[in-house]
Amino acid sequence: MRVRRRSRAIAGVSVLALGAGLAACAPADSTPVLTWYTNPDAGGQATLAQQCTEEADGAYRIEVSVLPRDASSQREQLARRLAASDSSIDLMSLDPPFIPELANAGFLAPVPDDIAEQVSQDVAEGALQGASWGDELVTVPFWANTQLLWYKKSVAEAAGLDMSQPVTWDQVMDAARDQDKTLGVQGIKAEAYTVWINALVESAGGQIVENPEAPAEDVELGLETDAGREAARIIGEIGEDGLGGPGLPTQDENASLTQFQGDNGSFMVNWPFVWPAMQGSVADGALDQSFLDDVGWAVYPQVTEGTDAAPPYGGINLGVGAFSEHVDLAYQAAACIVQPENQAAYFVTDGNPPASTVAYDDPEVQETFPMADVIRQSLEQAAPRPQTPYYNEVSQGLQETWHPPASVDPDRTPQKSTDFITAVLRGERLL
Amino acid sequence: MSTEITGATAGVTAQSTRGAGPDRASKPRKSDRARAEARLGWWLAGPAFVVMLAVTAYPILQAVYDSLFRYRLTAPDDRAFVGLGNYGVVLGDPVFWQSLGVTTLIMIITVAIELVLGFALALVMHRAVLRLRGLLRTAILVPYGIITVVSAFAWFYAFDINSGYVNSWFSWVPGISEDLNWFAGTGTSLFVIIASEVWKTTPFISLLLLAGLAQVPGDLEEAAQVDGATWWQRMKRVVLPNMKAAIMVAVLFRALDAFRIFDNVFIMTNGANGTTVLSLLAYRTSIGRLEIGLGSAISVLLFLCVIVICFIAIKIFKVDLAGARGEK
Repeated sequence: MRVRRRSRAIAGVSVLALGAGLAACAPADSTPVLTWYTNPDAGGQATLAQQCTEEADGAYRIEVSVLPRDASSQREQLARRLAASDSSIDLMSLDPPFIPELANAGFLAPVPDDIAEQVSQDVAEGALQGASWGDELVTVPFWANTQLLWYKKSVAEAAGLDMSQPVTWDQVMDAARDQDKTLGVQGIKAEAYTVWINALVESAGGQIVENPEAPAEDVELGLETDAGREAARIIGEIGEDGLGGPGLPTQDENASLTQFQGDNGSFMVNWPFVWPAMQGSVADGALDQSFLDDVGWAVYPQVTEGTDAAPPYGGINLGVGAFSEHVDLAYQAAACIVQPENQAAYFVTDGNPPASTVAYDDPEVQETFPMADVIRQSLEQAAPRPQTPYYNEVSQGLQETWHPPASVDPDRTPQKSTDFITAVLRGERLL
Repeated sequence: MSTEITGATAGVTAQSTRGAGPDRASKPRKSDRARAEARLGWWLAGPAFVVMLAVTAYPILQAVYDSLFRYRLTAPDDRAFVGLGNYGVVLGDPVFWQSLGVTTLIMIITVAIELVLGFALALVMHRAVLRLRGLLRTAILVPYGIITVVSAFAWFYAFDINSGYVNSWFSWVPGISEDLNWFAGTGTSLFVIIASEVWKTTPFISLLLLAGLAQVPGDLEEAAQVDGATWWQRMKRVVLPNMKAAIMVAVLFRALDAFRIFDNVFIMTNGANGTTVLSLLAYRTSIGRLEIGLGSAISVLLFLCVIVICFIAIKIFKVDLAGARGEK
């Protein structure tokens, strides 16, 4: 690894040398270029970049550079570059759980007061919280994600469930068990699994990390509680009874969708991107329109009957690199990108829900996403994942001790993971 | 790609038949010509040597230095000297020993299978009719020409429970059914990882063995045949002993390669179900967790393991690198 980095540095020098030669030939262009590192999407961020470049009228030009596919690799790349004071990072699309780590390390340029005021107007509470670290806004809220419970109306009806009222995990599990169907949940040993665990713990009234802002050695976990044990019971039961199907231990969001679209699909917790994806499959002829007509949606299942669920919160916020040469311009660009009408347009094209509550009133949004109001409600209830600079250790430690789902035991797993994660944070164990 | 590699082997064999290089046995006075040749040698090899120092020796030394600190990339101010503390943590952790075990297991199994398969392929290539030889070599070399990440993805999607076709094609095999999730268990995951590794790198070992086969003098074999030796006897008494050096070099190179396996595991399981290998552990610690100190300690230990393997091969199994190149 080190070898590779050094050789890349040498390669970089030669590329620079080559680049200097080429630049000399190009016509002089004094417009500052802002590089926006985006997570892969359907191309919506590139479109927004172009729009804002045009709106800027020569003040700046935004170029998009795409990051790796999964959230952890995005963080790895950004953190490594920022640690090396990379000045090419002007704007970056950040997954909220990793914001505290970057903010704590001083990798994010402070948000100017006027911009902070402008971009936090009419923003969903969960999204604002996810964009902050230690009571201060450190990133610009862009889009806010949450998971819904997607279901087949036929299955819910056969189970006698009234889907206009919130349902519980036990009801959903019983329905799948009785009808010999599979549940779409994310049991893969990856970030998606942490999202599920966290939502269950939070829905049961607990918290994975009790004191997220504490230094590594003093972090206290809240897994050895009734909430932690209840979350473990649900996951263990789904795993052991095969309710997630044979693909559960490797199932991510896309695999859940594939499974849900099959004959055995019943209920699925997943992000709203599945809606345009299912519509696309129908348009391509891979699925029947009758399938789409059978799909329903509701707020995330409850763990305790009568207590509102705390659905997963995700999304993307825009950070400005601390080492950028154009911090002011980058914040101007960020403010342009996150205008409510842009968020609404992005929702329509890419299926990623806005952080701004106003954007949901957009008629096109309401038409394209009949579930827009459920999403807004879900965002109001949503709980973020632990906002600690050591999130990566916590998340991977959970995955290490809670995977595969069938091995989860409410009496042992919460304690085992608490001991393990605490030891990792103290530097006594490898991950 | 494949033509490039065949070109390289042709180079190796040409060099070996020429028997190039100064005679190391005769120490006394070098002639002017020998000295000039030695100087030319240094001039030719010098730049490569300097580059190797810059990209190999320097990073290794830096890793050794870094491994003595508690150092997290996102908290550079908290960097503290801990001596051999990181090594204590790593060596006292079951995760390290487990991944060392998995890595060794993968190495032994893949090298054993590849040696047998590779030798068979080398024999086929060696004996093939001249007209077919080019085509055959290209066909055998195709997997080696494919980028490991690409082949890892291809194997992953073939066996994946959602997109794979293996389960439905081989559902008649006992133990395989539509519901078999290959990447959910340790044994099945390792099976796919090893199979993919074997498919990908057998051509390499067969190339090295082919070069060895070419070195076996044809008249020896003919003489044995005239004496009435069976095919098996000729193989065992004439061919194999004559290409022992080539076999040992092939085994050493592949063993070192296999020990550093990363891509296949990273793509297919990312270390789930107890399939974490040493390089993945080092990657996860230094790149994933940004714990430069701990990660460097693992990298250094990985490097030491490689050295130990080299040492065992050269000292105990007496692999003669010079002999394989025909320098003696």
